[in-house]
Amino acid sequence: MHRTRHTETLELGTLERQLLNDFQHHLPLTPTPYADIAAKLGTSEEAVLAALHELQGAGAVSRVGAVFRTHRVGASTLAAMAVPPERLEEVAALVSGYDAVNHNYEREHRINLWFVATAADEKQLTQVLDDIEQRSGIAVMALPMLEDFHIDLGFELKWT
Amino acid sequence: MDMNVLPRMHPDNLTEADRRLVAAIQHGLPLVSHPYAELGAQCGLSEGEVINRLAALLADGTIKRLGVVVRHRELGYRANAMVVWDIDDAKVSELGHCIGRFDFVTLCYRRPRRLPAWPYNLFCMIHGQDREAVLERVRQIEQHCGLAKVPHEVLFSRRRFKQRGALYAPVQSGMPR
Repeated sequence: MHRTRHTETLELGTLERQLLNDFQHHLPLTPTPYADIAAKLGTSEEAVLAALHELQGAGAVSRVGAVFRTHRVGASTLAAMAVPPERLEEVAALVSGYDAVNHNYEREHRINLWFVATAADEKQLTQVLDDIEQRSGIAVMALPMLEDFHIDLGFELKWT
Repeated sequence: MDMNVLPRMHPDNLTEADRRLVAAIQHGLPLVSHPYAELGAQCGLSEGEVINRLAALLADGTIKRLGVVVRHRELGYRANAMVVWDIDDAKVSELGHCIGRFDFVTLCYRRPRRLPAWPYNLFCMIHGQDREAVLERVRQIEQHCGLAKVPHEVLFSRRRFKQRGALYAPVQSGMPR
């Protein structure tokens, strides 16, 4: 669950950097997208697939896939809890144990456990949050998105 | 559990085939020569249908982007903070758009306040190579959008317990693993 990776040693070549920076959006919608990326970058489909496998294995890429607009598919919410420090590990593990929870972070605040829960519909989502509240004995504050001000164009990586 | 402010979702926008496609793609595209064909085989659609439906979902905004999803921390972006502001409701849209335009802001949402525990209604996510880089970006936002006098907090992340793509398939999502 808590994935620790030793990526300081991750060697990023030109191909890796191009894949990470230039293909966060507009993956070709053609029968062979990786071959088309390879053609653009002047390399082979095999090299692109191998580099993506490696980046995924090293944890630098979580997936090649779709980022959905929140609330268009299913129901989701940011949620937060003020967990006594001595119970944080235990409650974090309890929260991470739900398939419905996809992000779960400790943040520097009295309200210290922050997670995102996503389910097929609002009813299931409420059930998950109620269940967490009941099993942990700690109130869950739901903070659903009301308005999105950000257009996701991916994230420009600055190589140093 | 106060969920009464959850926005309505619009499941009617999605066809049954779209739902199967969303379920199939949530773990990512397979890293094979013909990924859309393989995805189609998993959800009973042809390669052409998968491509057409993904194009349609991108066009109507259901899918924000299709591509490589990176994990910042593994790439040297060690600091990440959720920055929250308590902004006058009348101004929150204007200021939200102002903040959301910065290229280093990866999310910018309005969310409900939960008084008295939580007075903040605007949330954004900022990544940086270290804490000082993140704080410098917060100052940049404050200056550019005129937020210097607006109450805010910077919540740096300390530990990541879990990070992966969201699961949307209607499985037994309520049950602990």
